Amino acid sequence: MVGSILLEAEDLFRRTPDGTVLLDRVSLSVRAGERLGIEGPTGAGKSVLLRALALLDPVGSGAVRHRGEAVGDRDVPHFRAQVAYLHQTPALLEGSVEENLRSPFELAVYRGRPFDRARAVEILSALGRDASFLAKQRDDLSGGERQLTALVRLLQLEPEVVLLDEPTAALDPETTARAEDLLTRWVGDGERAAVWVSHDPVQTRRLATRRLRVVGGRLAEEVPGEEAGR
Amino acid sequence: MSAGYLELSYLQVAGAALLILINGGISVALRLGLERRLLLAAVRTVVQLLLIGLVLQWVFAVSRWYVVVALMLVMALVAGVAAVRRTGRRYPGIWWNAILSVWVSSWLITAAALFGIVNVDPWFTPQYAIPLLGMILGNTLNGISLGLDRLGEELTGRRGEVEGLLALGATRWEAARRAVRRAVRTGTVPIVNTMMVVGIVSLPGMMTGQLLAGVDPVQAVKYQVVIMFLIASGTALGTVSVVLLSYRRLFNPRHQFLHGLIRKV
Repeated sequence: MVGSILLEAEDLFRRTPDGTVLLDRVSLSVRAGERLGIEGPTGAGKSVLLRALALLDPVGSGAVRHRGEAVGDRDVPHFRAQVAYLHQTPALLEGSVEENLRSPFELAVYRGRPFDRARAVEILSALGRDASFLAKQRDDLSGGERQLTALVRLLQLEPEVVLLDEPTAALDPETTARAEDLLTRWVGDGERAAVWVSHDPVQTRRLATRRLRVVGGRLAEEVPGEEAGR
Repeated sequence: MSAGYLELSYLQVAGAALLILINGGISVALRLGLERRLLLAAVRTVVQLLLIGLVLQWVFAVSRWYVVVALMLVMALVAGVAAVRRTGRRYPGIWWNAILSVWVSSWLITAAALFGIVNVDPWFTPQYAIPLLGMILGNTLNGISLGLDRLGEELTGRRGEVEGLLALGATRWEAARRAVRRAVRTGTVPIVNTMMVVGIVSLPGMMTGQLLAGVDPVQAVKYQVVIMFLIASGTALGTVSVVLLSYRRLFNPRHQFLHGLIRKV
């Protein structure tokens, strides 16, 4: 059921200029078909870890490997298209939802791939919204709707691994359930994986095939009990 | 009367200085609390200009290339520092970037003017080299500070957008270009606006000075036209270079946005 290693971190270490340790030699691996839940109290370093996995921040030492290979500077945009990170409060561009969904296709890394409106509508309907949602303007969207738009924008790009930072924090319970369901099906048991940060242990227990806990920048032992898929 | 203009005595200058009492009176009457600042500003105006007058008198008398170049270096350095002091957000290395941008752009354009356009012989004739550089510097420093300020604002205010783009696989240039464009625009638009109305709503200082000195108006206008284009190109070069240098400092080759480097002052 669980496949090859897609993403791997080894001994990630990061501290602030004033010496506070943000990541303390964190190692982990994400395999195809896995839904990795990351728990931990506020300020424990969950987001810092996700950002480090997406290579968004420089780290002091340690390495991130994609399918067993180090990521060179020139390959970072391509890597991020494969291992896509979603911010907890994602920023949308001014304009409609559809314009926001179209915007990534202007990037060089997606060159040759057109925006697939039907696919976007399909993802939206899985989240309980119809095509009319595409015409909504950013400034009229609620926090939850923005989060939902950003999730659709991410999933339509078909990355291999998604790194989600509290992706349902602003969603209502019904949409949350739909999003959980969608992500579970999206990962399936094929060549994809999801890493999901949540401060809610009930959610990770419900959703994850494997759970890790971050405390004080360290990755604690796997949360016992649920080790499905190993 | 040897010169084509009326020479001023120190008594006449003192008479003009008395006009500051109008500002002082307004400040007292409306309780603006500006008296001390006014006094300081008035004293600084007099002292700074008298000092630069003495320096220029000496430089003009000596008329050696190394003296002129040394003064031009100091002027560019001061302009670079002044540009950064006007910005609201800074990052380590901003001083060097500003000084380098001001220096290279103003010297390039001044050189073009001295060697290619006005054809001054010898090129270091202080009467031409120093005022030309001074006017280019004054405007370039304006463009640089506006551009830097806007870049800092854009990157801080739209950090989410920039990082969102990077997270989806944008290159550092794709993520930053919007902010870069806006910053360069902000830095270069004022001079374009000035060019739109020059001669209609304002008579530029240099032209006014030449007219006072008895220069033929057509000649004065020709000089002013040359100056306007020197200023416009110097400002554009300086602004673009400081914004691009800042971009390279704030986005590393690993396509990471080093937002932690930007500090509010």
